[in-house]
Amino acid sequence: MYRILLREDLAPNIHRFKIDAPTIARKAEPGQFVIVRVDDKGERIPLTIADWDRDVGSITIVFNQVGKTTNKLAALKAGDSIENVAGPLGLPVAIENFGNVACVVGGYGAATILPIVRALKEAGNIVTSIIRAPSKETLFGEARLGEYSDKIMVVTGDTSNEYHGFVFEPLRELLKKEKFDLVITMAPTCVMRLVSLTTKPFKVKTIASLNPIMVDGTGMCGCCRVIIDGVTKFACVDGPVFDAQEVAWDMLMTRRCTYSGETSPELRYQCYKCAQW
Amino acid sequence: MAKLNLNRVPMPRQDPIVRGKNFKEVALGYGKEEAQKEANRCIQCPRHPCKGGCPVGVDIPEFIKALREDNMPEAARILKGKNSLPGICGRVCPQETQCENVCTLGKKGAPIAIGRLERYVADWERTNKGNVGSKGSASSQKTSPSSSKTGAKRVAVVGSGPAGLTAAADLAKLGYSVTIFEALHVAGGVLMYGIPEFRLPKEIVQAEVDYIKSLGAELKLDSVVGKIDTVDELLSNGYDAVFIGTGAGLPMFLDLPGENLCGIYSANEFLTRTVLMKGYLYPEYDTPVEIGKQVAIVGGGNVAMDAARCSLRLGADKVYVVYRRSEAEMPARREEIENAKEEGIIFKFLTNPLGFLANGHGWVNAMECIQMELGEPDKSGRCRPIPKEGSEFLLPVDTVIVALGNNPNPLIPKTSIGLETGKRGTITADEDTGKTKKPKVWAGGDIVTGAATVISAMGAGRKAAASIDKFLRGEDKSWI
Ligand SMILES: Cc1cc2nc3c(=O)[nH]c(=O)nc-3n(C[C@H](O)[C@H](O)[C@H](O)COP(=O)(O)OP(=O)(O)OC[C@H]3O[C@@H](n4cnc5c(N)ncnc54)[C@H](O)[C@@H]3O)c2cc1C
Ligand SMILES: Cc1cc2nc3c(=O)[nH]c(=O)nc-3n(C[C@H](O)[C@H](O)[C@H](O)COP(=O)(O)OP(=O)(O)OC[C@H]3O[C@@H](n4cnc5c(N)ncnc54)[C@H](O)[C@@H]3O)c2cc1C
Ligand code: SF4
Ligand code: SF4
Ligand code: FES
Repeated sequence: MYRILLREDLAPNIHRFKIDAPTIARKAEPGQFVIVRVDDKGERIPLTIADWDRDVGSITIVFNQVGKTTNKLAALKAGDSIENVAGPLGLPVAIENFGNVACVVGGYGAATILPIVRALKEAGNIVTSIIRAPSKETLFGEARLGEYSDKIMVVTGDTSNEYHGFVFEPLRELLKKEKFDLVITMAPTCVMRLVSLTTKPFKVKTIASLNPIMVDGTGMCGCCRVIIDGVTKFACVDGPVFDAQEVAWDMLMTRRCTYSGETSPELRYQCYKCAQW
Repeated sequence: MAKLNLNRVPMPRQDPIVRGKNFKEVALGYGKEEAQKEANRCIQCPRHPCKGGCPVGVDIPEFIKALREDNMPEAARILKGKNSLPGICGRVCPQETQCENVCTLGKKGAPIAIGRLERYVADWERTNKGNVGSKGSASSQKTSPSSSKTGAKRVAVVGSGPAGLTAAADLAKLGYSVTIFEALHVAGGVLMYGIPEFRLPKEIVQAEVDYIKSLGAELKLDSVVGKIDTVDELLSNGYDAVFIGTGAGLPMFLDLPGENLCGIYSANEFLTRTVLMKGYLYPEYDTPVEIGKQVAIVGGGNVAMDAARCSLRLGADKVYVVYRRSEAEMPARREEIENAKEEGIIFKFLTNPLGFLANGHGWVNAMECIQMELGEPDKSGRCRPIPKEGSEFLLPVDTVIVALGNNPNPLIPKTSIGLETGKRGTITADEDTGKTKKPKVWAGGDIVTGAATVISAMGAGRKAAASIDKFLRGEDKSWI
């Protein structure tokens, strides 16, 4: 059992939990994730390790309420326990001084990218973060992200900010103005795909944290398989971060909708009705 | 002496039509009368070849004798002396190629149904635990006088499949302080995530796990060694020896076009969803498993049989097993092939997949196949299948389960310094002792042999435990 030490509601349907998990806290690195099973009848779902405190022995998760398991999680409060938390899983992101780095985030990514941004900053990079939310009300995470970024751009779907609409226009403008050595994105699948299309003509290396459906998270089931540069990889052990230009995005998006229960392709792709848009 | 009885007592089974729709155990087990009758067939031959046929050397004639005399606590004690998981082995051991294969009676008629008797004794013990009292096996073997001497030494067991559980049980009985690290949220390995409920009820696996915990072994779930501590860190953080029993859990795929379409599972994923996560009870349990109307299983081993029979129970109309050789070459147990046929599984022998077609929404809707014919025997002695030119055809399917087998998981070898691996990523270990090339590290089970059997994994766990004991008592100073 893993006790919830602290609960914070960041935006409608986005929650942050601090969880007592000393063994995981001791080893967590930027970009890794845990597999969570809420209760005895629960599904195993992957969640990014959004932060950790090695001294206290805690890890932080930030999740978006989208379905059965994340709703169950959202019903818990500080003092309650989660049945299982396994990790840290996946490969950490290789951090070095790349130079000029842009981070493009959306959805839970606005909070879960923090360890990566912090490590990039500590390694001497200049970091520009672009954060996008559908509206002013659903915007969160910009303050903490701002602490570790040299520059932060906020894009909202409404007109409450300097930049509005989708993230791609501001990103394109930025890439035209400045030379970047690396773009990193952690956002809904469809956003990451469009980010990769946006950066492609600029020939800037772009990496994305992929989110296929997973079961065990240890390389045992093959459910999380993704095609990278034509080769099948297991995102849970070979990733979850890959070169965004090499990802077969269509396959990832289709497979993610395996259990959406819809029969027509239009309904299967959940993105358009996703809360993050 | 009574006349030899050459026919075994049949074991009652669920009706095929009924069982094809539920996940309850297919074989119902002997009752007392049936068990006594079968036990009475054993001639207690002085050379008891049966014992030699069992990889862990169960004292077969002795436990059968106790069973015959209706001394059940004694029968259970004898059984558990060599086999800490009898309820499991009695059900899933390939007895027909092991203990029963060499039984003397087999020369003239049907060998003694050793597995069924073993199951009977184990089930008796499990259901009569409360009544056994101090005569019960768990309590009488629990604390040996030596425990205070060896108790200071700590052993880490990585993986809680049959290899790890057996090693842990033996070491705990010897009084060592044992910690089992398991990556998943329950202990048991393939027994929990692979073999379906209808062949091996999970309650039985957990009862055996509880028994091992009652011996004093500590179980740490959600613990992926290599991601939390590595093997080297376990050794430097106070463990005096490490046993690796991480199994062969890496699924093989066909590497054919279209293999990543929706509706195509590895057998591991399909069985994990169905068996471990109880997808057959969805939505009471949260994990879904999508099953179509027409299902094709690719492969011919026990895993393929399990996947096929689960598919049927989940509600598929037609379930095909597509295998590239003929029935005679199928590696699955005969009993399981017969069970599958009875239940209505359709076998497509001498058929090989070429690729998968999509329905336009990213879901598989057909498997392209080719007919095969058998050529000359290859090095393994099996006839090599050769494609018949021009025999391609389309099999309409909406679910495909790839059951080709598994390779060892590379996580431990990759994160441990100086651990030698062989071809296909198995860990190199001495066959008699389980010693690896890395000091203080032992390994056994599927991680060493590649996918094999429950009992051979247990045998390896047992040998390693003995070798670890010898090493920790200072009797063995060499390394390899
Ligand atoms: C490596 C990794 C890290 C992740 N990190 C986070 C995180 O930090 N915060 C967060 O909110 N989410 C994260 N996700 C996504 C998260 O796992 C899913 O949102 C979650 O599994 C949904 O479960 P559910 O039962 O609540 O929803 P469901 O009812 O199962 O599904 C709702 C929707 O989410 C999609 N989905 C279902 N299961 C998964 C899955 N296992 N992975 C991805 N999408 C899925 C479905 O296509 C569906 O459209 C991550 C995914 C991966 C692979
Ligand atoms: C579907 C199926 C049906 C089968 N049917 C039969 C049968 O009828 N009869 C028979 O005799 N055999 C059968 N087998 C084979 C048999 O189950 C295996 O040979 C046996 O389980 C191997 O035991 P093991 O202890 O080596 O490994 P496993 O049972 O594979 O257990 C390994 C354990 O280690 C854990 N692990 C892996 N990596 C780590 C890590 N880094 N840290 C911590 N834990 C880790 C895994 O999660 C797993 O729980 C079947 C196999 C399958 C898949
Ligand atoms: S453990 Fe298996 S091989 Fe040994 S006696 Fe029992 S059924 Fe036979
Ligand atoms: S070989 Fe067969 S008959 Fe002989 S002791 Fe063993 S089980 Fe009994
Ligand atoms: S989640 Fe099972 S292999 Fe990646």
